[in-house]
Amino acid sequence: MSDASPFAPWRDPNADPLINFSNVTKKYGNFTAINNVDLKIYPREFFALLGPSGCGKTTLMRMLAGFEDATQGTITIDGQDMQGIPANKRAVNMMFQSYALFPHLSVADNLAFGLKRSDMPKSEISGRVEEMLRLVQLTDFSKRKPHQLSGGQRQRVALARALAKAPKLLLLDEPLGALDKKLRQETQFELMDIQEKTGTTFVIVTHDQEEAMTVASRIAVMDHGKLIQVDTPDRVYEAPNSIYVADFIGDVNIIEGRISSIKTEESELIWAEGQRPIRAQTGAGLAKGQRGSFAIRPEKIAISNDEPTDVHNRVCGAIEDIAYLGNLSTYYVRLANGTLIKSQVPNDRRISRRSFTWNDNVWLSWTDTAGIVLAT
Amino acid sequence: MRKLTWFNTVSLSVGFAFLYIPMIVLVIYSFNESKLVTVWGGFSTKWYGELLQNKAFLDAALVTAKVAILSSTIATILGTMAAFVLVRSGKFLGRTLFSGMIYAPLVMPEVITGLSLLLLFISIGMDRGVTTIVLAHATFSMCYVSVVVSSRMATFDTSLEEAALDLGCTPWDAFKSVTLPIIAPAVISGWLLAFTLSLDDLVIASFTAGPSSTTLPIKIYSSVRLGVSPEINALSTIMIGLVTVAVIIASLSSKISIARQKRDEYMANQ
Repeated sequence: MSDASPFAPWRDPNADPLINFSNVTKKYGNFTAINNVDLKIYPREFFALLGPSGCGKTTLMRMLAGFEDATQGTITIDGQDMQGIPANKRAVNMMFQSYALFPHLSVADNLAFGLKRSDMPKSEISGRVEEMLRLVQLTDFSKRKPHQLSGGQRQRVALARALAKAPKLLLLDEPLGALDKKLRQETQFELMDIQEKTGTTFVIVTHDQEEAMTVASRIAVMDHGKLIQVDTPDRVYEAPNSIYVADFIGDVNIIEGRISSIKTEESELIWAEGQRPIRAQTGAGLAKGQRGSFAIRPEKIAISNDEPTDVHNRVCGAIEDIAYLGNLSTYYVRLANGTLIKSQVPNDRRISRRSFTWNDNVWLSWTDTAGIVLAT
Repeated sequence: MRKLTWFNTVSLSVGFAFLYIPMIVLVIYSFNESKLVTVWGGFSTKWYGELLQNKAFLDAALVTAKVAILSSTIATILGTMAAFVLVRSGKFLGRTLFSGMIYAPLVMPEVITGLSLLLLFISIGMDRGVTTIVLAHATFSMCYVSVVVSSRMATFDTSLEEAALDLGCTPWDAFKSVTLPIIAPAVISGWLLAFTLSLDDLVIASFTAGPSSTTLPIKIYSSVRLGVSPEINALSTIMIGLVTVAVIIASLSSKISIARQKRDEYMANQ
């Protein structure tokens, strides 16, 4: 986004959402797959539904596609109530996890499949197919059958087929799950590129938090049929609203304690005797005197031989383990009270010149805004 | 290639001799000059010529072909529908009962099936003829079709159908333009199976046939009771030939298509 104001329609109270879930519940017999979900998704968003398997993210998507109906509540797309409208009558297309390419049809016929069933005049169909083939760089493959393509090529055909009818909304069900890591990373950028070019609203379902962080404008973290946090990737990462989110997204250190002071900006947590309280950002739903948890990312913790005097938050411990990851090293430091803290440091020097090793006594420190206090 | 041990060689030859010697004898005697079936009188193809002059046999062959084509087509339509419901509709009350009942005719003695159909046709006052044989054959062969088709349906990726719906198909359109073309090989082999079953059925056909509708197996059986003629040997040889050619073509074409698919997939991933 090159304009002055960043793309953030969810902050604008006057913006019309493309999708609106209100009080949506979905039950299968006694099992509640979706539990009273309220969610607005705006036009041109790249929205990620993230959660472990069985959290209801796929059900939420299938309700948008028209394969499932809500038990309670209403879902509107572009202002229209979707209850009872079958999949073939919705301006929504889906890219399936298995790609679901029709094996008996060529690439071009796969792309034309939906167009032939739309009100597009016959004469324009082949032009549109060409255009989609160019979009996903498969012009030379139009006559091939799906089994004559590699995994990455199939993935692109599936994407092009879902985009061919220029839907208002494109649903992507674990679109990159079948690709190897390198190809997946390349394809993530391709996806974002295509999303920007076509201006389509994308809703992606994934269990891969890195993928969600890379592609999405906003992420909904789900658990047991509920939305736990809906926010931008950086907010979800740096200001998680619960331990569940902090733990699900990335790596985190959790220190439990009692909240001794709360201000809007900053709170203090007493966590061990003889240690000064931890200062950190204030999370939601805290009360003075109650138990709380301090959450901090390993890369926000600095490690040093000498006691740093310019930061408030500092503790001493011994290095118990070192995980060398090439670009990074993670130090596992055992504090005097038994707590294990991970500190992640970029290896900007050669490993032989590293200044700490096993059993060294070191100081860990972090700034007052590096971590957050959350309700336990 | 592993070498065969003498034990394997012996058991293989004994087994194959057991299977094929009767047929080989039949084929050899179909080229016998002599009218006596058990005495070799020199090589000749005259019985094949006589066969073509025999109107009774030709009529019976025509009836058989008609019955086989009609009954296998009906069985394929009904059997595919049954397979679709049993695989797709998930759990419903009495599902186990229904699937059991579909497969029961597979193990039911043919005499009982034939007799019960005969009683049914008599009680509803239906004249026995080609129609009754067609109905009877469709009844017992549809369960074979449904077995073949449902095993293919079970491995069918339902997201293909969902993709079709998602792209704007009505459910019927999705079935017609996606599901059916993909399961077509199973449907065709179901049809072929029903066709062969109908071709060589003697028991059920003789219960349900009328005077004007003698099928080839009935004709062969009744003429053999009056003594085996070399003409019958010739006819049987033709039938063996037809079946052999059909089986070879079917297995070769599926082998070739699998090999081609493997090669394509290998090339695509290079």
